[in-house]
Amino acid sequence: MIGLVRRDLTLALRAGGGAGLALVFFLTFVTLTALGVGPRADVLAPVAPGILWLGAVLACLLSLDRLFALDAEDGTLDLLLTAPLPAEGTAAAKAAAHWLTTGAPLTVAAPVLAPLLFLPGPAVPWLVASLALGTPALSMIGTFGAALTVGLKRGSLLLSLLVLPLCIPTLVFGADVVRRAAAGLDPSTPLALLGAVTLAALAGLPFAAAAALRINLR
Amino acid sequence: MSLWEYANPRKFMALSGRVLPWAWGLAAALCGVGLVWGFFFTPEDFRMGHSVKIIYLHVPSAFLAINAWFMMLVASLIWLIRRHHVSALAARAAAPVGLVMTVVALATGAIWGKPMWGTYWEWDPRLTAFLILALFYLGYIALWSAVESPDGAADLTAILCLVGTVFAVVSRYAAQFWNQGLHQGASLSLDAEENISDVFWQPLVLTMAGFVALFVALVLVRTRTELRRRRLQALTVQAQAA
Repeated sequence: MIGLVRRDLTLALRAGGGAGLALVFFLTFVTLTALGVGPRADVLAPVAPGILWLGAVLACLLSLDRLFALDAEDGTLDLLLTAPLPAEGTAAAKAAAHWLTTGAPLTVAAPVLAPLLFLPGPAVPWLVASLALGTPALSMIGTFGAALTVGLKRGSLLLSLLVLPLCIPTLVFGADVVRRAAAGLDPSTPLALLGAVTLAALAGLPFAAAAALRINLR
Repeated sequence: MSLWEYANPRKFMALSGRVLPWAWGLAAALCGVGLVWGFFFTPEDFRMGHSVKIIYLHVPSAFLAINAWFMMLVASLIWLIRRHHVSALAARAAAPVGLVMTVVALATGAIWGKPMWGTYWEWDPRLTAFLILALFYLGYIALWSAVESPDGAADLTAILCLVGTVFAVVSRYAAQFWNQGLHQGASLSLDAEENISDVFWQPLVLTMAGFVALFVALVLVRTRTELRRRRLQALTVQAQAA
């Protein structure tokens, strides 16, 4: 399983763009938002928590359609499923590799991007905490969606249609953490709920994703 | 004699063929009586005036929008556990009906909301939850039509239905957490102290029962159509092979 994570990471890093792409997308998204909404702090600051979280969700979505597709095309996925590692482990490893190339860099980069949207200083640590807690759930949900659509020829639009509604609880709680912190309120309640959603997703979805993989490669 | 006998398509067709006219009749009778009673023979609400009458469309459709999803959940579970094709097809047949009910509930709610709340749309938790429910229905239907192998599609959508149920419920509470709304609390619960007046309640129960009968009839028709389509496909393949 660790070998699989390492392999996926290496592939993502060597193939160019894997990890960096999500970051660049995040930066572009933030820039475009500022350009679209207007440069004034009193307009940008109230929407900054939501925009940053939306950017994280969309950046996670970006690389999902390649998560299993490349391995399915060249037959690697069939081998992985016949390997001693259970399919649940494969799904979890894929999700972990996806998180390490999207969620983790975003979490690290978020404090640098937050001032671009005039997010108040005290909210920045909470932004990092909420992203660190919430993005694993996004990767896991995305892996499930990718497993559902792996056999489809034109799956990527369908993939977003399936994955985005599942991201709603994470987005609501995650953005609320930052919003409350920005307003000077206590953000620990939504943070706890965010953690609960993530833990539940990590506990349950590998099984669903594995079942979907087995069906798709039957 | 057990319920599972009707998992046999032939038995299901025979039974559903006999039940169907009754379901249609019951739906027409209950909806007709309930709607006419509700629209013409109930007093106007002292605050809402005659706009209260849209409740006879709004509440039953909202009730079914949620329960259609639960029916799909049960049918998906039966398919995953016992592999009865009729069950998978019934889940597939219920999805568009549920989606239409969701849209009807949202539309009548918007029409009712404009004179009462002064707005067609508000990010109220229940409205948000219904919008999310509509998205889940759309995703479910899209996945059904995207997967080519019939059994694979049934399996994948069944898994999506299970996962989607959990997330839909969580989203509903997330929406409640996220924004306080305009809707009143529960006013139809059997154990609540303060419910709506019996004058409105009695025709409402009739229309709700009528909508349930309508739902049963529509799902039966759609399931029968789907079974016949499968049969036709099998026959075509046989004829080509021969």
